Amino acid sequence: MRIINIRLGRPAVVTLALLPFIAALIVYAVASDIRLTANPADRLLPAPGTVLTTAGQLLSEPDRRSGDILFWQDTWASLQRLLLGVGISATIGLIFGLLIGLIPVARALLAQFVAVVSMIPPLALLPILFIVFGLGELSKVVLIVIGTLPFLIRDLSQRVLEVPQELVVKAQTLGASTWVIAIRVVLPQMMPRLIQAVRLSLGPAWLFLIAAEAIAADAGLGYRIFLVRRYLAMDVILTYVIWITLLAFVMDWGLRTLSRKAFPWAEAGL
Amino acid sequence: MSFVTVENLFQSYGRRPIIERVNVTVAEGEFISIVGASGCGKSTFLRLLLAQETPTRGEIRINGAAPAREPGLDRGIVFQRYSVFPHLTVRENILAGESFRRGWGRFWGAERRDALARADETLARIGLDHVADQYPATLSGGMQQRLAIGQALVARPKVLLLDEPFGALDPGTRVQMHDFLTELRTQTQMTVFMVTHDLGEAFKLGDRVLVFDKVRWDPQDPNLHGATITYDFDACTGGIPFQTLKEDIHVYHTA
Ligand SMILES: Nc1ncnc2c1ncn2[C@@H]1O[C@H](COP(=O)(O)OP(=O)(O)OP(=O)(O)O)[C@@H](O)[C@H]1O
Ligand SMILES: [Mg+2]
Repeated sequence: MRIINIRLGRPAVVTLALLPFIAALIVYAVASDIRLTANPADRLLPAPGTVLTTAGQLLSEPDRRSGDILFWQDTWASLQRLLLGVGISATIGLIFGLLIGLIPVARALLAQFVAVVSMIPPLALLPILFIVFGLGELSKVVLIVIGTLPFLIRDLSQRVLEVPQELVVKAQTLGASTWVIAIRVVLPQMMPRLIQAVRLSLGPAWLFLIAAEAIAADAGLGYRIFLVRRYLAMDVILTYVIWITLLAFVMDWGLRTLSRKAFPWAEAGL
Repeated sequence: MSFVTVENLFQSYGRRPIIERVNVTVAEGEFISIVGASGCGKSTFLRLLLAQETPTRGEIRINGAAPAREPGLDRGIVFQRYSVFPHLTVRENILAGESFRRGWGRFWGAERRDALARADETLARIGLDHVADQYPATLSGGMQQRLAIGQALVARPKVLLLDEPFGALDPGTRVQMHDFLTELRTQTQMTVFMVTHDLGEAFKLGDRVLVFDKVRWDPQDPNLHGATITYDFDACTGGIPFQTLKEDIHVYHTA
């Protein structure tokens, strides 16, 4: 039988899905063990048990100076910046994607400009942002917006262009104005694609967030990682990395579920 | 009295002529079937009637009004595919036929209740009341086309354009759709243009059957000339094709 035709049952699928995770854990544990037997003071690959203990302390013990639990403070600070940045980006992207996709005049005016601007590496703009917007929250949020907006605009305007011309013509024969076509025909059909595009943007958004926090911040997941790097506190860094991964995964999963629940008509296709 | 007047209509894409010298007049309430080889420009002709495109030359007038510059309420259309809105339920699709002309594309309050009641009546008439809350993707092809026709009729267009509306249906469903269309037409008396590849269907439903074809044919370059109306059959009497004699022939006069 050809390998492309081999189908698996549910238990086999779950087992196979878990396999790489287990393998990665084992590889880490073994490598850590080898290093620690050679040198018990080694800090590069702390034992899994050490990481767990550190994680427990990070999650529960308040900071001696401020009395706050820094882990949750960092999480809240980072999530605030991320959600604000992605939210602003999605809103602007939706509006401009709609304009460029639906209105030929707007397309002629803006499409090439967006195409060129999207080629600017956002991190290269970071110094300028810090100078213009200061070292506070604003520059970090703006970096996330600048980093994700061009992609969102281009992706969404492309989706608008893919709305069958027949539907736009049909709406006109029912007497719809440009405004009504935009809000009643095109916008609803963009929403599933918006969620799709936001899911794809979350990766870059985290990247820009952590980069900005690493350079200038007084709280945040990225800030903490780059702070403890100086003490080679790998157990702390690993805890934070796993936590960030988990947060990103949950967001992605949440958006996927939302899209499936909110737009049942998009599932079956036409 | 001519209702739709097509005068010396030409359409080319780039340097390639698609239809040329089309002249035809249609009376109010007539059902015009359009047949012709694939790619000869039937859909193009419908797009011109719809004012989705402007002709290279010539003009189309409806009820003596100035040629339209964009699609509007007076001309309805049903395409072969993508004619209903996939993100609206069946009932909302019918409702859209009335509400899209409003400022926000919706009805509110008491007006909405009245419109919903009317939509349910329409759904009962086109036999879709049992699927009112489903999305179009869950309907069969025949039901989707019935919905598309119902939606177009709710907007009360003067002229209804149908581009191979039953092309994708099985023969049984097709016959049902013919009855459905005939029934709706006796109720509304609107002018209809229908493109089809099925000659039987064309003569069965149409009052007239227009044939599009190329009169000039260049063997070196088949794309050099466009198509025009080569036959205009009268199909009123039971669907038997015959051509009306346009001239007075003296022999037949028994004065
Ligand atoms: N926007 C366009 N630009 C250039 N060429 C076009 C355009 N639209 C249609 N054509 C060409 O015009 C010709 C006629 O197309 P049209 O769709 O009107 O044919 P049709 O008679 O409806 O064919 P069918 O029976 O297959 O639907 C085709 O050869 C097509 O390639
Ligand atoms: Mg066609």
